[in-house]
Amino acid sequence: MKRLILATLVVFAAMPALACETVRVGDIEVEHAWSRATIGADRPGVVYLSIRNTGSTDDALIGVATPIAGMPMLHETVVSDGIASMPHTMSMPVPAGQTAALAPGGFHGMLMGLTLALKKGDSFPLTLTFETAGDLTVTVDVLGMGAKEAECPDAQP
Amino acid sequence: MRLTRLQKILWAAAGVAALAYGALMVFSDRAPVSVAEAAFRPTFSLPDAEGRLRTPADFAGKHLLVFFGFTNCPDVCPTTLAEVAQVMDDLGEQAENVQPLFISVDPERDRRLGLAAFTAAFHPTILGLAGDTEQTRAAAESFKIFFERQDDAAAPDGYTMSHSPALYLIGPDGDWLRQFTYGTPATDILADLQPRL
Repeated sequence: MKRLILATLVVFAAMPALACETVRVGDIEVEHAWSRATIGADRPGVVYLSIRNTGSTDDALIGVATPIAGMPMLHETVVSDGIASMPHTMSMPVPAGQTAALAPGGFHGMLMGLTLALKKGDSFPLTLTFETAGDLTVTVDVLGMGAKEAECPDAQP
Repeated sequence: MRLTRLQKILWAAAGVAALAYGALMVFSDRAPVSVAEAAFRPTFSLPDAEGRLRTPADFAGKHLLVFFGFTNCPDVCPTTLAEVAQVMDDLGEQAENVQPLFISVDPERDRRLGLAAFTAAFHPTILGLAGDTEQTRAAAESFKIFFERQDDAAAPDGYTMSHSPALYLIGPDGDWLRQFTYGTPATDILADLQPRL
């Protein structure tokens, strides 16, 4: 039954190009949410997106949640002295007037305990929690395993 | 003071060496290769997904693009393999002279999760290699790369791997040519690689 609910959620969410829309809460705008397809559900998935703080007060992304992963969390890839490691991070700063991103090689959402394999073309909801602005839910597009950026007409190169 | 014939030869040799060094610095584009690295031939002996032991000799005559990583890695490894896939696509017919290798630093788990399916998802030409602990350690030491298992209760199976994320270019005779630091775009790798082929 749980699987059916999840499948329904994914199908309902699978409307094209939703991830390319800008979603707002308070001074926070989020867009270009995307993920990579996974082989099976045993390996963690990833989430990337772009956050703009249009206000004059610093904010921070402090949590991520999604029905398709038992343990979604924020990580940051850190390359130090030629070694890459990926520490768990509690929050990502989103300074006033600036754009911050979950992007390859930096902060990223790591989806552990996937309840299903992510397939190219799927999409799923992701709820972001900001310290000040509160909660906001975006639709994440699942792209191919080799994807490097969001597939939106206005996506940053 | 008169210089002996030997002294003249030595001074001439020193002059030529200095000029050659200067020329090397001037003409070597973006990748100054140090003298120590010029004769560096890293090696490995690791089984592929079918259990066949592979060594650099199997790829003689080809350029190798070597990346050390692990398949449970959501960010760094897919990002680099995606760049490699792009390079292989953009090389067109020249791609047959290039062999990308993905060497697992987490071989036991990667074999269990499926190494070939992972590499093939990025590009069919990428060959995954996963040895035992000793073979993996030997390959890493030969390439002078670092990897380490880090216990992390929040990670899948309770651990994650930290590792050198660069991409290494090995020449057709096994010489280490250069590294591409993590995040080098496919277009830059391609621009470096094409004139060599």
